[in-house]
Amino acid sequence: MGTGDRLGVHLAHTLAAGMTGMRAAGDLVARMQMTRGMRLKEAKLFVADRLGVSTRELSDSVVMQEVRRELGIGLLSDLENECVGEASAMEAKFNIAELLDLPINCVARFRGRVHSLGGSASTP
Amino acid sequence: MSSTFLTRMGDGAAVEMTRDEIRAEIEDGAEQGARRAKAAALGSDEIDHLVDIFASSARMTGVPVGDEVVLSCDGTMDLRSGKIDALSQAELVGGDLCELALPDYSYKAVKTIVPTEQRLMQDAQYRLTIPVQYGAQADLGRYSVPDGPVPNWSQLLPEARVDEARAAQEEAAFESEADMFRIGEAMWEAGADGIDFDTAGAAGDADFLAVLKTVRRLRAAFPDLSIEVGMASEFVLGMHGELEFEGKRLAGLWPVDQLRVVQEAGATIFGPAVNINTGRTVAWNVARATAIIKPCMDVATIPVHVNAGMGVGGVPMNPCPPIDAVSRASRAFVEVLRADGL
Repeated sequence: MGTGDRLGVHLAHTLAAGMTGMRAAGDLVARMQMTRGMRLKEAKLFVADRLGVSTRELSDSVVMQEVRRELGIGLLSDLENECVGEASAMEAKFNIAELLDLPINCVARFRGRVHSLGGSASTP
Repeated sequence: MSSTFLTRMGDGAAVEMTRDEIRAEIEDGAEQGARRAKAAALGSDEIDHLVDIFASSARMTGVPVGDEVVLSCDGTMDLRSGKIDALSQAELVGGDLCELALPDYSYKAVKTIVPTEQRLMQDAQYRLTIPVQYGAQADLGRYSVPDGPVPNWSQLLPEARVDEARAAQEEAAFESEADMFRIGEAMWEAGADGIDFDTAGAAGDADFLAVLKTVRRLRAAFPDLSIEVGMASEFVLGMHGELEFEGKRLAGLWPVDQLRVVQEAGATIFGPAVNINTGRTVAWNVARATAIIKPCMDVATIPVHVNAGMGVGGVPMNPCPPIDAVSRASRAFVEVLRADGL
């Protein structure tokens, strides 16, 4: 979007029209657009179906914090710190990959480096 | 006496206008945009909708709950902190994705420090849950003297040495494609979710061709890599004039045809850019951008993220674009254009 130009642009867009990332489910819908090339409506329907929520609830931070905690798909760092057992970033991405049936590059590489997961330390 | 509303000029300066004056601006912007891009005129309902958005005293406006869109970005570094801290901050403030980038924002500059950038990408992937892409621009001019090895076509063209200028651009595009592919490959190896070719076509049709060829090669090599192509402007300059991609001449393409070649190359997100006219109002600029981009929405098979950063997409050309203007542009592109993202 060109938000890198100035932070103020990004904040204003986020408040006016953004899905607000991990506060709700913006990162998940973004992944479907990025990796599958899905248009917005299709991406929202897909993610909502997988999460068992309505498309409106995908942008509802109250609903989504509960859903994210329950599914182990990552909470904002501050919330993560409130409970030591919450999923870290990599753990969350393993769960997201499975939930959305989506290949996540760093997850595949992480898995490939861990011997007990069938990987090898020499995996690039 | 008609009441007035505070609105903005394209440079961000405040200006008072009546609802009728705002409507006149929107009608003129929409008409000029449609004519320039040879696109259909906006409907009266769309004009009315834009008028409602801009003829308002609200400091901040927004889309209806449930109609939010995905926000991508080109560079997440303005917090002036460590790069990964900056990316983490983007996650905290509600970014749907973030982007690792050099302040230089040129792939030619990146190629000398690829291993460092790869390590940062890998660390960012371990730290963040939201997708992390890598971004920069082709920046074709950097390949010409005095910054690069290729003769400078901007010096050759005024001397009417057209064949030499064209050959120089072709050579620069070849070098640029090689660099961008190598960096894309390296970022994939580092775990990147995607790669962003921003400001595509900034140096004209050869610049755009280098991006399209790189996208095609990356798509073939890495089917799951997200590839975003954000344009430099509404119109591809014909600095070369004869370059084609898959039989399509690139010089002179407007957004809908830019989208077609970007889709064909294999990108997963397209970012049309419509430059701002600082001498006209934000309402005029948003209406013009909406008319120019609208044809994309019917032919898109991939998400369209309208470029709405400083100086494009109706957002004022100002280091601190006012919230009232940015939020109106945001709402207009979502509600009237039905953009898939910004």
